[in-house]
Amino acid sequence: MNELLLGLADDELVIGWRDSEWTGIAPLLEEDVAFSSIAQNEIGHARAVYERLTDDADALAFDRPLDEYRCAPLVELRLLDWGRTIARRWLYEVADEIRISALMEHPDVGGLAAKINREEAYHRMHAEMWRERLRDEPRFRDAVAELWPYALGVVLPSQREELAARAGLDEVEAVERGSHTDDFAPLWDEMTMVRRSAPAGSRW
Amino acid sequence: MTAEQVWAALEEIPDPEIPVVSLVDLGVIRSVDVSEGHVHVEFTPTFLGCPALEFMKRAIEDKVPGVSVEVIQDDSWSTDKITAAGREKLRAAGFAPPAPRLVQIQAQVHRCPYCGSTDTKLENIFGPTPCRSLRYCPSCRQPFEQFKTI
Repeated sequence: MNELLLGLADDELVIGWRDSEWTGIAPLLEEDVAFSSIAQNEIGHARAVYERLTDDADALAFDRPLDEYRCAPLVELRLLDWGRTIARRWLYEVADEIRISALMEHPDVGGLAAKINREEAYHRMHAEMWRERLRDEPRFRDAVAELWPYALGVVLPSQREELAARAGLDEVEAVERGSHTDDFAPLWDEMTMVRRSAPAGSRW
Repeated sequence: MTAEQVWAALEEIPDPEIPVVSLVDLGVIRSVDVSEGHVHVEFTPTFLGCPALEFMKRAIEDKVPGVSVEVIQDDSWSTDKITAAGREKLRAAGFAPPAPRLVQIQAQVHRCPYCGSTDTKLENIFGPTPCRSLRYCPSCRQPFEQFKTI
């Protein structure tokens, strides 16, 4: 169970970090605001889940060596293209809804999962709105096809059939969590830089 | 302090992001317990990523000496917890208060806080804070902030 929660929290932290990269440079002002808000929510979810696993969420979030992160490769990818970014947001939200809904049944974390689910409803609306807008664009379709095996790696093998049905795509071999993409090392370096460079015992 | 005095003190703490409403109006104080001179307050965040969480916790500690504040991260807060007085204060300040969840899900109506028209358009699901959306009212030609129903 802790392994599952750590994977969820790491996914939310890392996608929040990636989404925040659009702050200031999104193609529309509205999306600047939207991506910044979504990133803030996702990182808030990560913190709440880390707090279920430890007394010091910052230490768990930022003091681990790179190979101890459990995030899915989907969230690690550095996507410098809007179509690919939207494809990832949409695929991530479809996958995330399935695992969050499953966690809502859990006696210990069900309440927290339900709270996360309330907030995610707005992320899903945002993702669906963009998907509707871009769904016939070849560039977007290519991005969905490219990222689909990664999206399958977000959920448990037992949840993949449902994910394929909801996304309207055929199940293929998943890119599993456990190893990292080449894009993760520079991100880890950036995320952990402040805490690594601070002298031991620093207070904020 | 008695429980009534604690509630009255909490009523004086404004929400840091929308100061027209207090923490009590917002419905984030789940319970106040006073026993043997010790005050225990249960507090539920609105959004998990709310950056004002620590700030509000400290404001409670400043206002109620010796209080222990417990942050409850379950699903007990929704916008339905905002009090009637809180909704009215929001409306008076130009924020469209969140519709009750049941009404929102069934009707999808968003009323302009200025002229009352229900013919309003969504401009952006997200606004200056995660709990707000941006809408526009063609009738009175006013943009306004809608407190999201969650």
